[in-house]
Amino acid sequence: MAVTEAPRIVTARLGYEDSHTLERYLATGGYEGLRKALSMPPEAVAAEVDAVSLLGRGGAGFPAGRKWSMLRKAPTTYLVVNGDESEPATFKDHLLLERDPHQLVEGVVIAAYALQVARAFIYVRGEFALGLERVQAALNDAYDHGAVGRDIFGSGFSLDIVVHPGAGAYICGEETALLESLEGKRGFPRIKPPYFPASVGLYGEPTVVNNVETLSNLPWVLVNGSAAFAALGAGRSTGTRLFALAGHVRTPGVFEVEMVKTTFRDLVYDPALGGGIPGGRGLKAIIPGGVSAPWFGAQHLDLPLGQDEVGEAGSMLGSGSIVVMDDTTCVVRAAWRITRFFWRESCGQCTPCREGSGWLEKILRRIEDGEGRESDVDLLMDVCDNLAPGLSWPPQQTTICVLGPSIPSSIASAIRMFRDEFLVHVKEGGCPHG
Amino acid sequence: MSADGRTAHLSPEVAERARELVALYPHPRSALIPLCHLAQEQDGWLRPEAIEEIAGLVGITPAEVLGTASFYEMLHTEPVGRYVVSVCTNIACMLRGAYELLEHAEQTLGIRTGATSADGTFTLEDAECIADCGRAPCLQVNHRFVGDVTPQSFDRLVDDLRAGRLDGDVPAHGTLVRVRRHGGLRVDDATVRSERQAAAQAMAERAGPGPASAPGGGAGAPAPSPAPAAKAPRAKRGGS
Repeated sequence: MAVTEAPRIVTARLGYEDSHTLERYLATGGYEGLRKALSMPPEAVAAEVDAVSLLGRGGAGFPAGRKWSMLRKAPTTYLVVNGDESEPATFKDHLLLERDPHQLVEGVVIAAYALQVARAFIYVRGEFALGLERVQAALNDAYDHGAVGRDIFGSGFSLDIVVHPGAGAYICGEETALLESLEGKRGFPRIKPPYFPASVGLYGEPTVVNNVETLSNLPWVLVNGSAAFAALGAGRSTGTRLFALAGHVRTPGVFEVEMVKTTFRDLVYDPALGGGIPGGRGLKAIIPGGVSAPWFGAQHLDLPLGQDEVGEAGSMLGSGSIVVMDDTTCVVRAAWRITRFFWRESCGQCTPCREGSGWLEKILRRIEDGEGRESDVDLLMDVCDNLAPGLSWPPQQTTICVLGPSIPSSIASAIRMFRDEFLVHVKEGGCPHG
Repeated sequence: MSADGRTAHLSPEVAERARELVALYPHPRSALIPLCHLAQEQDGWLRPEAIEEIAGLVGITPAEVLGTASFYEMLHTEPVGRYVVSVCTNIACMLRGAYELLEHAEQTLGIRTGATSADGTFTLEDAECIADCGRAPCLQVNHRFVGDVTPQSFDRLVDDLRAGRLDGDVPAHGTLVRVRRHGGLRVDDATVRSERQAAAQAMAERAGPGPASAPGGGAGAPAPSPAPAAKAPRAKRGGS
C-alpha cells in the first residue's frame, strides 16, 4: 500500500500562507457547506452526518452522528468544541486552529444548525495563544460576514459562538472535566453515570461536545455529500484522518491520509510522509494513538490505520498521534517520562490514579538511575494491575475517568516487549544507553 | 471596583473588558479563567488584589477563585519573570534532545528549572507537551512557539528577548490573546428562548407525521426552519 489519491478534506487550504483569512477561505469554497446546510431541514443535515460514520477525532472515536442522535428529539442547549488538545505528541488540532479557523467555525455553525443550538463555545487549550487569536479573528470576521450571529445568511437561524481559553490542564480534554472548566471550576472529571453530556452537560443542560477535527470535516461533507466521504476508508473508519507523526522520523509533522488504506509502515517510511528513521537505524517501538495507548513493535507496521483494526490488535488510534522510537531509545526512560506526565496531570480525585502514578514514577526513576531492585519489575506490574485490573485492553476502570487506567499502557508495554532491558538496568546499576 | 468599595486594583479599561467577558456567559462564574488571564495581562501574575476583584465580578469568594486558579498551570499565584520560557520535555521532544536543551537553558539563563532570574526577566519551566512535536525540541516563551531549538538558537533567542527585538511577537508574560472580540452576543436571551421554543415545535411537527423511525426519519415531510428561509427546505432522503 502507499499514499492514496484521496482528496485532502481538512488540510486542503494549508498550502496557502493566508489560509487563516476570510478572503482565502471564501476564495476556496468557504461557507458553501453552511449555505447548503441551511437550505435543508436540520434533521436532514444530522442524517447526512450520521450516514458517513464520522468517528470522533478526539480520542474515543465515538461516532459524531450517534452523539447527535441522542439529542435529535428536541433542540440541544449547548454545543461545545473540544479544542483542548493535550495528549502528548498530538498536534493536529493545533494546526487546524491556527491554519484554518474558518473551517472550524463553519463546522460549528453546521453542527449547531443540525442540533438547533443557539449557543456554542469553542474551548481552546490555553497554551495555543496564536490559535486563540486566529480563531477569535476568524469568528469576528464570520460575524461581519453574516455566517455567525443573527439570522445567518438570511436563513432565520441564529447562533452565538464564544471562544473560551483554557489555562493549562491535560485533564480538561476529558469532556466532563472540560465542562467543569468551562463553568469556571477545577477540571475535575464528573462521576458517571450520567455517561453523556447529552443528558447532563454544561450547566446541567443537554450538551454536545465535539472535537476540532471532527467538526472541521463537516463543510466538506455538506458540499461533497456523505457518499463521497463514506467512499473513503473502509468499514466504520471512513474518510481521511490527521495523524501527528513525531519522534525518530526524518520528517515529523501532521499528515492527512485515507483511513484503513494507509498503514503504519506508509506513515513512518513513505518519502511523502515520515520519510523513515534517520541514520538508517532500526525501529524499536511505536506509540500509536497517544501515550495512553499500548505500544506496537515492528511486527505491527503493516497494520492499517483504522479504528477497529488497531483496536483488535490491542491498542488504539486514540488521539491520532504516532511516536516512533528507534533502536537507540531507552524504553525505561521513555516509560518513565510518560508516567511522569500522568503523575503531574492526575487531577487527584481518585486514589489509584493519584497515588499509583506517583509510585510508578518513583520506581521507574530509580531503575533508570541505577538504584532499581530485581523485584521492581514485578512491583511495577503489580501497581499497574491495581490501576487497571488484568491489564486488558481497553482497560478496566478503577477511577472516575480514563486517565488513571491509561497509565499502565506504556509501562506494561515496555516490560512485555523489553523485560530484559529493565533487568539490565538493575544489574548494571544504570541505563546502558548512557 | 471591588464589592466592598475599596480602591480598584484592575484598571478601568481592564475592568470594562472583564465585565464584557462576564456578559458572554449564561453564568458569570464561567468567565473565571478568562478573567484570570486578563488579570495576568495587567500584572504578569495573579495578585491577591486581582483575585479578590475577580471574585466580586463573578460572584464567588476569593478562596474559590484561588482554589480554582491553583489547579491550572498557566495561572501563576506567585510572581514570574517578564518572559516565562517553557521547554517541553515530554516524549516527542525528549527523543530529540529536550533534556539536553533544558540543561543548556539552565546554563544560559543562570537559573535552575522552576526558578526566576534575579533581575526578574526570565522564568524557566519544564513543560508538558505543548503540541508542536513536528518541530521538536520546542519551547514556548509566554506561550509563543519556538521550534527546532538548538543550543545556538536558544542563545540567540535569549539575546533577542533581552534586547527587546522580539517585543512585537512576544508580549510580556500574561498577555494571551491580543485579538479582541467585537462586542458581545448578537442574540439576546429572550430571543434565544422564543426561537428555541419555535424550533422544538417545528422539530416535533416534522418528527410527528412520518414513521417514528431512526436517523433522518420524518425528513421527508419538510417543514420550514424556525424562521422560514427564502428557499424551501430541500426534501432529503434519510440516512442509510
